[in-house]
Amino acid sequence: MARSSKYSLADLLSAKEMVVVCGSGGTGKTTVAAAMGARAAATLGGRVLVLTVDPARRLATALGLGAVGNTASQVPDTAFTEAGVECRGELWVAMLDTKAGWDDLIRRHAPDATLREQVLANPLYRNITGRFVNSHDYIAMEQLHDLHASGRYDLVIIDTPPSRNALDLLDAPGRMREFFGSRLLKWLTVPYRSRLFTVASKPFYQVADRVLGSRFLQDIAEFFILFQTMEAGFVQRATEVERLLTDDRTTFVVVSTLEAAPAREARFLADELRRRRMPLGAMVLNRTLPAGLRQPAVAKAAVKLREVAADAAAVRELAKTASSRPAQVRDVLVEVADRFRDVTVVAGREAERRAELETAAPVTAVVPTLPSDVHDLAGLLALGGHLLGNGSR
Amino acid sequence: MSDLLDRQLLFVTGKGGVGKTTTAAAIADLAARRGKRTLVCEMDAKGAMASMFEVSTLRFEPLEVQPHLWAMAMNTEDSLREYLRVVARIPLVGRIGPLARTFDFVADAAPGVKEILAIGKICFEVRERHYDLVVVDAEASGHIVAQIDAPRAIRELVQVGPVRDQTEWMLSILGDAQRTGLVVVTTPEEMPITETIELVGKVQSTTEVDVAAVFANRVLPQWFEPAERAVFDRLCEPAPQALLAEAVGARVSSVFHAARLAESRRAIATEYLARLRESLPVNVPVHEIPELFTKASGRRVVSLVADQLRTELP
Repeated sequence: MARSSKYSLADLLSAKEMVVVCGSGGTGKTTVAAAMGARAAATLGGRVLVLTVDPARRLATALGLGAVGNTASQVPDTAFTEAGVECRGELWVAMLDTKAGWDDLIRRHAPDATLREQVLANPLYRNITGRFVNSHDYIAMEQLHDLHASGRYDLVIIDTPPSRNALDLLDAPGRMREFFGSRLLKWLTVPYRSRLFTVASKPFYQVADRVLGSRFLQDIAEFFILFQTMEAGFVQRATEVERLLTDDRTTFVVVSTLEAAPAREARFLADELRRRRMPLGAMVLNRTLPAGLRQPAVAKAAVKLREVAADAAAVRELAKTASSRPAQVRDVLVEVADRFRDVTVVAGREAERRAELETAAPVTAVVPTLPSDVHDLAGLLALGGHLLGNGSR
Repeated sequence: MSDLLDRQLLFVTGKGGVGKTTTAAAIADLAARRGKRTLVCEMDAKGAMASMFEVSTLRFEPLEVQPHLWAMAMNTEDSLREYLRVVARIPLVGRIGPLARTFDFVADAAPGVKEILAIGKICFEVRERHYDLVVVDAEASGHIVAQIDAPRAIRELVQVGPVRDQTEWMLSILGDAQRTGLVVVTTPEEMPITETIELVGKVQSTTEVDVAAVFANRVLPQWFEPAERAVFDRLCEPAPQALLAEAVGARVSSVFHAARLAESRRAIATEYLARLRESLPVNVPVHEIPELFTKASGRRVVSLVADQLRTELP
């Protein structure tokens, strides 16, 4: 596969320790992350961990991922051997478990056992952790930090959660940090009675009371008073996690297909990463049609095929070779030739978007549409081969 | 179950990337073409709906984008402002700017508040009968239950108070299958199909909203009848291919390669569609929208998809 620069994804993965794979939903992000990990472990060596969010069930089974959250398990060497590949390194996989991740955070930061149990038992806790400051995203980044800091892995590849907006992920640690310093939290956690008399908060209180009701506000306040006891720990961690995102050892890989919406999102994401000084290392263009389809010679062949279909003698000869009835052969040839136009419309659309996306990152890896879905290690390794580049360097 | 377009409120959801916004726009377009006063509302403020109708931006204030069809973008701050003015009758509309931003932050932290402000506005439009049909380009499948179930969650979480008081009438609209339905958009691929089956189960077991239909989008056309498929396979073998290369040129192999790729993707898609139909309750119809081989975008695509829907929806 032709590449837009002399570096390949393999070079990038050799140079970095943390890879954040992002992109819009439905682009094959999870599969790409797993395929990069499998190939990196097999050919680059070292201990590689893929932290995945929500793999397709068959893929999860193939990798030996059970229902157990947050614990890493190794894909056995024999699985590689069965797939016809010798693995130089080790491939580890783990699944992101947001709930367990939050509980871990609370356990780590709670000042004592009583407070810890109070938070974990608070009815608002689940609800709030499920929503506020985009808790999925924060936990994903937190886990990345943890795994990297453990020193157990040479390369950690993290597949990111389906965000409403990819930026939420990048901003999650910052928002977490800001949340603790916010006037809102201060206001919510001052004693209830004095809150009533704070002049500055009066109009706000009036609105909040009319909309939410004082009882509900009180419940929320009580929870945040508990939560505030963990401020120091949370803020320090969020700062560290935030720093990790701009670290030299981290790189971002954006996955996109060449359809309109994902391509738009990918370009937007690339711009935003640059603005935040977060290093975009590679753009993966997934499920593309073979580039050769757009060559004029191929289009001409389709036109010629249509002519052959109209040639009764040629059809008869083909029918004999293919042991089929001539009428059927003719119909099939017509169908193949006519439908080729549909394919070229898509290929044309793709070429345009491909040109736009190819300049976004130092490395562009192009993956063709595969005839079937990937749900085993052999499939991942094959996909990884496309990604890491057996092609020109 | 009543016909899809005879309802008053349709939520359209689906996994990211399956064509949720296009489908929502097409449903709205079809309803408007049939003479219904229709409102289409984008919930996630990503701006995708604006590009469907080729307008620069959509705001909270609905914009008439074509005859009988209005489009708006949800904004919880504006929704709060409207709520305060119309329902709570709090006279500080002029000063609410910075206040609402602070409120936004509380709403971020307080479970369900943002959701109920959004859903409340939608239900309000339905209750007041400003439109015959409201089509909501709702949250993606991962968040849709939190969105449509917000009034119930609030009712359970909040013992007493004004928020709770607002939930009853919303629930009576959301839980009425004559009026309200959820449309799930999917594509015939493994993850979207699996998520759709799980989502339909979850919506039916945990919410009061009726699942009105599933739309399978981007279904590839079937190139061959089964008998033709066998002939095609035989034509792919070396001897016929050599003959074809002689008659057409070596590039004929690329043309056949494209056909093989499309056929094998189509065959996989057919299996997923069969699985979808088997796994869904019988009262949830599955409609297919074929892949559109077009370079068009915006209104043209909306209208092409609406044409396809017209044949599916009586």
